[in-house]
Amino acid sequence: MKKNTATSLAFYVPYALWIVLFVIAPVILIIYQSFFDIDGHFTLDNYATYFQSGTYIMMTINSVWYAFLITLVTLVISYPAAYLLHYAKHKELWLLLIILPTWINLLLKAYAFIGIFSQDGGVNNFLGLFGIAPKQILFTDFSFIFVASYIEIPFMILPIFNGIEELDEGYVNASRDLGAKWSQTFTHVILPLTMSGVKAGVQAVFIPSLSLFMLTRLIGGNRVITLGTAIEEHFLTTMNWGMGSTIGVVLIVAMFIIMFLTGERRKKGAKRA
Amino acid sequence: MKRLISMAVAILAVALGLAFWSQDLQRSQGATGSNTLNFANWGDYIDPALIKKFQKETGYHVNMETFDSNEAMYTKIQQGGTSYDLTVPSEYMVEKMAEDKLLIPLDKSKLKGLSNYGASFMNQSFDPGNKYSLPYFWGTLGIVYNDKFAKASELQHWNDLWNPRWKGNIMLIDSARDILGFSLVSLGKSMNTTNPTTLALAKAKLDQLSPNVKAVVADEIKMYMADNEAAVAVDWSGEAADMMASNSHLHYIVPSEGSNLWFDNFVIPKTAKNFKAIYAFLNFMTDPKNAAQNADYVGYSTPNDAAKKLLPKDVRNDKNFYPGKDVLDRSEVYRNLAPKTVGLYNDLFLEFKMYRR
Repeated sequence: MKKNTATSLAFYVPYALWIVLFVIAPVILIIYQSFFDIDGHFTLDNYATYFQSGTYIMMTINSVWYAFLITLVTLVISYPAAYLLHYAKHKELWLLLIILPTWINLLLKAYAFIGIFSQDGGVNNFLGLFGIAPKQILFTDFSFIFVASYIEIPFMILPIFNGIEELDEGYVNASRDLGAKWSQTFTHVILPLTMSGVKAGVQAVFIPSLSLFMLTRLIGGNRVITLGTAIEEHFLTTMNWGMGSTIGVVLIVAMFIIMFLTGERRKKGAKRA
Repeated sequence: MKRLISMAVAILAVALGLAFWSQDLQRSQGATGSNTLNFANWGDYIDPALIKKFQKETGYHVNMETFDSNEAMYTKIQQGGTSYDLTVPSEYMVEKMAEDKLLIPLDKSKLKGLSNYGASFMNQSFDPGNKYSLPYFWGTLGIVYNDKFAKASELQHWNDLWNPRWKGNIMLIDSARDILGFSLVSLGKSMNTTNPTTLALAKAKLDQLSPNVKAVVADEIKMYMADNEAAVAVDWSGEAADMMASNSHLHYIVPSEGSNLWFDNFVIPKTAKNFKAIYAFLNFMTDPKNAAQNADYVGYSTPNDAAKKLLPKDVRNDKNFYPGKDVLDRSEVYRNLAPKTVGLYNDLFLEFKMYRR
């Protein structure tokens, strides 16, 4: 018995080492760094500056808002897509096609979109056929959200698809047999049972979207500003690592809040039918 | 159990390996060899053929590493772990590095051909008497326009950018000091202003420019301008030369009321070891023929007057890349500002980028 607990403890050692070295230690370093001002004095000023400055608050709201829009767009597209995928023939092939774009480097995809959206690009050439070109597409909110959503969609479809796959077809049939309308079946049976997939998808999309910064410059032309832009600036230009770390800490806290809101809360004593 | 131990060992090995590897990366391979010159340079900022020629002539091996911002290079040298013999900071960074005692003074007795350099490029305010630095390239900040959409006469001054005619048609380089700088010049103020009120004024004026601004981007600006994406851009002279090489409709103007005059300079950081190789390289690059070949490749303006004479006539007579004394006199060189002021410039710039109407 004693040996067993020792073995099971030992199972955690590699995992714990990994977490400590590559997750906890860097986070602690960021938090530590955030308490120093530009002259290397220990201070809480960075946080005071952050919460008193309209600019940073505005930027935070911007970041959350854009991340929310990106998540919403991907969700609206992904849920029906995953649902159809579940009933499609050659599921594996379709799934592979959805995953395929994630194998391509993010920068390459961004540059491809620059070509598609530019004044001489494919979209404007097409619009030109109807005499409504050239339209400014690059450097707009639309193009930023479009490209970001395109990049994040696979990460939303996969967890939802898995959720739907696990759904017991019997429940759906039962609700239909018992006279529920399709909409009722969906809201009362399918959606609640696939909610964990949706939550996982939201986490996988919202959290990275908070700190997208390459896209804000390449596709958004810095007309879309998120916290990622400010972090880059503080680390690379002003060398104010303390302030950069402070923003990083705020982002980490924001991510914990999202995890908490979308996390699975264990209900004690599951209801019995 | 055995497997677990080996996994734990593997993770520790990965961590240690990464630590050593990063040190190795910073130290740069073969750095200890006595015939190696460790050279930290901007990307694509020297003719590779010249490096080959230098290695062949002198037998030294050049180990070049690149950086993409003065600050990144500064941090690497300050934190140690590197063994650069030579690097190329911009003028304000030379001042900062000298203040922070990160530079070794040049030994003038070992330098040949100092007289090749033009008098107007030596003894600058950022390094009086060229104690630490030799100019490598210089340039200006100016306006690029596409003659399909704009005429030269419409863009002679910084204030012309505010013309409503350019609505959504101007691209700006993503650099706080340059963008706030031209706003300051348009107000008749110094590009080295440290007064917060004046800076706030310059930022308020920039906000008025916001409707005209299509995007604030970095290197991509070259690609966009070459593709006729925008009518006007604000960028550095060398970048403009690159764009103009790929699109004949583009032209470059330095506004007559003045602009920024910048220098990139050879300096010897305190991490240097191989002084023989350093001076051999500096003398090699001072040689008019080599400097001319390099200027031809890089496209920026050379401070080496003897080399300039060897450049094609249309290049050395181009008033926009080799502006006359009048424009040079009205242009300002960036001074190193206190970190607080640098922070202020960047905060204001960030606010400008967020400002939308």
